[in-house]
Amino acid sequence: MMLFADPLFGLPSWTDAIIRVVLVVLAMTIVVMYLTYGERKVVARFQQRLGPTETGPGGLIQAFADAFKLVLKEDIRPTNADRWVFELAPYATFVPVFMVLLALPFAHDWGVRDLGLGLFYVFAILGLNIVGIMMAGLGSGNKYALLGGIRAAAQMISYEIPLVISLLCVAMITSADTGNEIGTLNLNVIAALQEDRPYVLLQPLAFLIFFTAMLSELHRAPFDIPVAESEIVGGYFVEYSGIRWSMFQLSEYASMWGFSVFGSVVFLGGWAFPFGADAHWSVQLATTMVKSLSFIVLIFWVRTTVPRLRIDQLMSFCWKVLLPMSIVQMLMNGVILAYDWPQELLTLTSGAGAALLVAIIIKRAVRRPSKDLVGTYKTLGAPAQ
Amino acid sequence: MTVWPEERTASIDSFNTVDMTINVGPQHPATHGVFRMVLTVDGEVVVDCEPYIGYLHRGLEKLTENHDYRQSMGWWDRTDYLAGICCEQAYCMAVEKLGNIEVPERAEYIRVMMAELSRILSHFMFFGAFGADVGSFGTSFIYAWRERERIYDFFEEVAGDRMFPTYLRPGGVQMDLPDGWEKRVNEILGHIEQGLEDFDGLLTGNEIFVERCRGLSPVSKEQAIDWGLSGPMIRATGLAHDIRRAEPYSVYDRLQFNIPTGKNGDVFDRYMVRMAEAYQSTKIVRQCMEQMPNSGLVLNPDLPKTLRIDEGECYVRTEGTKGEYGVYGLARGGNKPYRMKLRSPSFCNLSALKQMVVGHYVADAVIILGSLDIVLGEVDK
Repeated sequence: MMLFADPLFGLPSWTDAIIRVVLVVLAMTIVVMYLTYGERKVVARFQQRLGPTETGPGGLIQAFADAFKLVLKEDIRPTNADRWVFELAPYATFVPVFMVLLALPFAHDWGVRDLGLGLFYVFAILGLNIVGIMMAGLGSGNKYALLGGIRAAAQMISYEIPLVISLLCVAMITSADTGNEIGTLNLNVIAALQEDRPYVLLQPLAFLIFFTAMLSELHRAPFDIPVAESEIVGGYFVEYSGIRWSMFQLSEYASMWGFSVFGSVVFLGGWAFPFGADAHWSVQLATTMVKSLSFIVLIFWVRTTVPRLRIDQLMSFCWKVLLPMSIVQMLMNGVILAYDWPQELLTLTSGAGAALLVAIIIKRAVRRPSKDLVGTYKTLGAPAQ
Repeated sequence: MTVWPEERTASIDSFNTVDMTINVGPQHPATHGVFRMVLTVDGEVVVDCEPYIGYLHRGLEKLTENHDYRQSMGWWDRTDYLAGICCEQAYCMAVEKLGNIEVPERAEYIRVMMAELSRILSHFMFFGAFGADVGSFGTSFIYAWRERERIYDFFEEVAGDRMFPTYLRPGGVQMDLPDGWEKRVNEILGHIEQGLEDFDGLLTGNEIFVERCRGLSPVSKEQAIDWGLSGPMIRATGLAHDIRRAEPYSVYDRLQFNIPTGKNGDVFDRYMVRMAEAYQSTKIVRQCMEQMPNSGLVLNPDLPKTLRIDEGECYVRTEGTKGEYGVYGLARGGNKPYRMKLRSPSFCNLSALKQMVVGHYVADAVIILGSLDIVLGEVDK
């Protein structure tokens, strides 16, 4: 048990901290390895393939084979790369992602550290991710990497704003739930407050904004512009190979998992919904995992079905749609909570807002609904002679 | 969306920015082969584009001059390697025109049927690769491969090879179709129509895809004629120019089919025209199956073992999958042609790349290149 409250086995707190960190690193590594395997399997199924089958039963040890291959590969540094920036960039990307995992509650009072400002800490640390990516982009001495790094910086800075505002909405609701008029930023408490109903029911709009911004922060489709494979061939990590490249992959998947756990804690009730704080810790842990993994499967699903946006479409979507909508959500929260109106009203208004957002997306996306286009190939053209 | 040159001059005045050149290719996923273009970009906007070709040059025309008429068949397969039969047909027609060789009726229908199946192959490859260009992570690719595999399997049954069947011969086709081919072709056509509907759902029905492609790099009718575009590229602009209808060859004058045309000549229209063409091809294949004589020779029996052509000159135009696939042939006696010149549609369409790409984003440059649907085997010959 890794309860926040007592040090493991009564050890001094620094030893306790080291043990917890090691355990989280191990858990993260295994999760990430199986996420890569899972992604290959899930995506393969979406594409009517089988995915890895040969390495172990059902390809289960494929991830380990990949890891060994990556470790053994040559670590190449281009001659015109900025040496230290280039070599440190993967770690600069990875460290913030890992630091996020330290603050997440995986079950009731169960994690590495119980931070009073957990919510604030998480999105503050996530912002540091950009530094590593910019380092990789500028230090590689490659123009694709430079384009990717600049794109990543522009995109992540823009999408951080709606992301943070959608999280602020959650923090506002906690003030009504805790009853102390101040609310809480403690992730463990936020999860506990959702024992009866997850916050996604109270504010679907904020959840939608959070999910969209999260896709963008993670560089997943349709916002995978910084790593666009068909244009800039991987973007900022194009020059990396071997262990440094795998550090980028590790941080990408770890941040995906971290984000998913974070999102499930903040919006889906984390460990608390629906089994409550009294359930056995393993049930709570399983609840968190199931919620976060369904997030991840959703991300994979989106990735296999939608094409990529263009950079100007991405930016205008953020600044002209997501940002105003998130501010609207925050204002609605403020008004409803300030006057102590029933929370069902919150659900209604936010639901209407979510519907509006979807409508705006569709309206913005096409000048004419694409439904009309489907099947037109049968009627297109000049008549037969 | 064109942002050049107005905004570009403004930015230069205020910031004094420096242009950057990006080398795209010859090893790049967006170039569909070994094509290379050097883009000069101002930020994300392309201000100049210089294409480099020749990485796949195999000396097709020279090889043809040095080989027997029948030996060259295999080289011509490998020009438009996504639709080998269409190229074989053009080459065979050139040789037949030079030597006044008759082709049995059944063989003509088999040729057209196989050529239209090849056209479907090529267009499906376009949908797959174009979807990947726009960014749909391989799903469109796999959808395309699924249907293409069925046609390739059929080609293997018919000719013994999948990509390069070398099935046609001057004077007919190599051998008759295998038993039960009608059933196989009907199955394939059913799958093709289902595949087209799948693409409709995956790409045409996708808001992001439509938004990325609509209005992108529109080409007017006049421009298309000036630049010498042909095939789906010119039909997307609204000109119903199709060699199969304009100058019917083989048995195309007996077949009923529509010529799909677009309106704006933009990237989306090029995609839609190809969708519609693939659909029309299924109709042509069905008609070929109905009209084809049930039995009969498939290869002209009067031909000598070594084909010798005295004197002659010809130009044969066919509607290849990418546009006008023309073969100029010159014979001066002997068993080898004196000259065989290929007018490859990909090469001519590609020559307009710079005019189409300049002023667009780097991401769009990739899509525009993809929408040309070039095949490097044909560009570099």
